Amino acid sequence: MATVEVTFTPLPVHVRTARLVATAVARRSGVAESLLDEVRLAVGEACSRAVEAHQQHCPGQPIRVSLTDDGEQFQVVVTDAVQGSSERDLPAGASLPAGTGAVGGNGAALGVDFEVPPGGSVPLRLPEDVGLAVIAGLADDVRIAPAGPGTSVTMIWKRRNAAF
Amino acid sequence: MDLKLSNSNKDGIEIVDVEGEIDVYTAPRLRELLIELVNKKNYQLVVNMEKVEFLDSTGLGVLVGGLKRVRAHDGSLDLVCTQERILKIFRITGLTKVFGIHESVDQAIAARKAEKRLPA
Repeated sequence: MATVEVTFTPLPVHVRTARLVATAVARRSGVAESLLDEVRLAVGEACSRAVEAHQQHCPGQPIRVSLTDDGEQFQVVVTDAVQGSSERDLPAGASLPAGTGAVGGNGAALGVDFEVPPGGSVPLRLPEDVGLAVIAGLADDVRIAPAGPGTSVTMIWKRRNAAF
Repeated sequence: MDLKLSNSNKDGIEIVDVEGEIDVYTAPRLRELLIELVNKKNYQLVVNMEKVEFLDSTGLGVLVGGLKRVRAHDGSLDLVCTQERILKIFRITGLTKVFGIHESVDQAIAARKAEKRLPA
């Protein structure tokens, strides 16, 4: 059973609330202060990705966040309700190379192409999978799996000695 | 904390001071300001992030979009940031190699002027 569960309507303003709750629960669970920023950013990225998907496909459905401390690890699961969203991002059950950063390089992997003619159309967003790459760079383990009609992103921080 | 934005001109370079959190909720405001500045033909920009408390990939996207817009006019977009928690997301995404990141606004301006003096 999760320590804390939160559901919220898919609006950008609520992502901040989810971040605050995740940080508070992580702190209470004993996650080291130095890791709290990583938890906050990773949970924010996962929730932002879910909000964007919900706004496109099912704006009336809530997003679910569950936070669990089992003594060995602190786990956050962000679950969306968007049909087939896991197939759009990654194959179901995929595990990202966590803890080391998944992008790197000179920005080319982010689709950063500076050959833009004057007056040309310039996309202002990074590719969708950048958020997942950031999560992979922050959590000890990241798993993406089908969950009901949608997808769950599971982020894990393992306990190191007495603290996380 | 919400997002506070202000801008001023110093030595022909537009300085954008950002305070607060840049995320999926607030990033559109920063994007609008950067677009407005470019539309007013300000192509040399410095974004001062010393008072930014949070930055996610949506915010990164806005900064990258701003950089692309000014580069289309042979301009520049430099950043001022010394906070490790903000720099980390630039490192994870490899964007430290894309942006000029400086320790102070004065340093960013000096670096931009030095680059302009270099022979083509």
